[in-house]
Amino acid sequence: MIGKRFLLVAGKGGVGRSTVAVALGVAAARSGLRALVVETAGRADVTPLLGRSAGDPLTEVELLPNLHHVTIDRRGALEEYLRREVPGPIPAAVLGRSSAFQLFVEAAPGMSDLLTIGKVWELGQRPRHTPHAHPYDLVILDAPASGQLVGLLAAPGTFSRIARVGPAARQAAGIERALTDNADVGAVVVATAEQMAVTEALGLQATLSERFGVEVGAVVVNRLLPARFSLEDGLALAAAPDDPAIRSARWFHARAQAQRVEFERLVGQLQAVACITLPLLFEAELGLGHLEHLADLLVGRNHEQPG
Amino acid sequence: MNSLDSALAGKLMVICAGAGGVGKTTVSATVALGLAARGGRVALVTIDPARRLAEALGLDALGNLPQVVDVDRFGGSGVEMQGELAAMMLDAKRTFDELIALLAPTLAMRDEILGNPVYQHISTAVAGSQEYTAIAKLYELEHGADYDVIVLDTPPSRHAIDFLDAPDRLIGFLEGRALAVFLRPTGHAIRAAGVAFAGLRRIAGTGLLDELIALFRQLSELLDGFRQRAADVRELLMDPASAFLIVTSPERAAVDEALFFAAELDRAGMHRAGVIVNRVHPIDPTDLDVAVTAARLAPILGSSLAERTARTHAEVQRLAQRDAAAIARLRSALKSEPVSLAERPADVHDIPGLMALREELFERDDEQGTHRHIAPVGSRDGENPALQQR
Repeated sequence: MIGKRFLLVAGKGGVGRSTVAVALGVAAARSGLRALVVETAGRADVTPLLGRSAGDPLTEVELLPNLHHVTIDRRGALEEYLRREVPGPIPAAVLGRSSAFQLFVEAAPGMSDLLTIGKVWELGQRPRHTPHAHPYDLVILDAPASGQLVGLLAAPGTFSRIARVGPAARQAAGIERALTDNADVGAVVVATAEQMAVTEALGLQATLSERFGVEVGAVVVNRLLPARFSLEDGLALAAAPDDPAIRSARWFHARAQAQRVEFERLVGQLQAVACITLPLLFEAELGLGHLEHLADLLVGRNHEQPG
Repeated sequence: MNSLDSALAGKLMVICAGAGGVGKTTVSATVALGLAARGGRVALVTIDPARRLAEALGLDALGNLPQVVDVDRFGGSGVEMQGELAAMMLDAKRTFDELIALLAPTLAMRDEILGNPVYQHISTAVAGSQEYTAIAKLYELEHGADYDVIVLDTPPSRHAIDFLDAPDRLIGFLEGRALAVFLRPTGHAIRAAGVAFAGLRRIAGTGLLDELIALFRQLSELLDGFRQRAADVRELLMDPASAFLIVTSPERAAVDEALFFAAELDRAGMHRAGVIVNRVHPIDPTDLDVAVTAARLAPILGSSLAERTARTHAEVQRLAQRDAAAIARLRSALKSEPVSLAERPADVHDIPGLMALREELFERDDEQGTHRHIAPVGSRDGENPALQQR
């Protein structure tokens, strides 16, 4: 997985995409790769996991040796794009502040998503197009939730088909070619073993591979409970007198069984894609030690092949 | 009290908002069901329900208006349905098209706009269109006065606040100088427009620019209607009879988002009805010493199962303590008591599951003695008890 140039970490809201993205970043950094975790829409969910605050939008910050983070916001991406791509008599700052221009960015179909995905693409270029910027070996996108990710990936194609001519259309078509049907681009789909998360993961896996030609390297099932209690244990717990500890164990067992059903549905429908499981960590807050543990599981030998 | 009854009394509109993945859809369905069971005509507008929940509510049928959920669907679940629940799944594209059809002065204008390729992308692909259409549907239903209460599930936005901005964005978009610059450049604006157009042509080419300008010209014909609609929506959201239920999970990122959203609501002068913390592990901080508990349970369960049971309890209670800390944080920041929903073994997607959640959200009728009466629909300025409190 971490052998790609771009890695999209996708999935339903609330399943732990940011945790998986940063754990993959930790794994890559430890193997000597210069890695970058990217968030969009000005969000910074990743940095608190490492006890750090985020930098300003578009400012690349080193969180750990070899592990960097950046968050992309639309306005910053627009100004940077203008500085780079509109040479000539009109200063980028003037254009960026122009209300007519901002209106255009709001209204032109896919333009705003295009700027964001265009910046993601730039972050993976070697050499970088941004002057004095360092290149990365691996760019991990902590992608927005399912529907918005599809919009983001579709933006270059949408824009180039509507605009048809002009530099932006050409660039958009270039980005579309670079991000789709490209062996350098991979994806990890994150799910929990719950009905909606599994359904979305299966849908995303199909959309990413069929519509965008992006290979899904693995589906990560996050927060899985271990099979700690057998069916006989379950019967014994059900028959036992009511007690705080027994209530906890009954809950755990019921949940583990419900997860099993969804997990098996997922594995049964995934066909050729590997499924990696991460355990539910019974911790109030995850810290670096936990992320290192998850990183080991993600790139280690915990791969459960479907069958 | 762990109850929404007082918070929702007299509300005509309940908007469920929160970060993605916290269970907004399930909570909004529960609230709507709870209010309908009490005796009211309740409309539930959902955005993207799980397939099985949609089936449970009969949402598989087509239509962009709420359909009454057949009372037989509640049979056998112990619900006495005093009122009526109607539910719908929002179709953003269709709602947008209907709005254009309503506001366009002529059929020819309507067809021109609906056929514009840029419009077709704006109405489906552009960020914010789902938020805007959700709010437009809310307004339409409220205006129709067919329901006593409308419960709205909000789109799975990364920023819940996008939803609040939607009408203002539209007003700003249509009234802004930018649009005037496009349509009627004069004086200083000609130079500004010249600069912008030169840049746009350089980047986008003239084809897209022409289509955009054509669309802006067409939409400007609808400006008065949009302006009125957006102002009405804003007024509706500000109304004391409209309230936001903030839904969150106990996880830090979701709580951060809930607190941010609450602050934005307060700043905008909109009304919070409460915070629902979903997926809470119930706290029961006894017997946390694994060895002692294992020894105590060994005669009943055998030593192996007793040890695993004791260990499981200690682990689950670590999550329960995290959850309690999250609730305490919400309580102190928001100066109100959050309502908790216990973490369940699996997703809730059927009527009995919703009924079980309802027991946690609402006071039980038998404890209360009487059914709480839903405020009748009245004129928005006089008959509503919530308004009179203010």
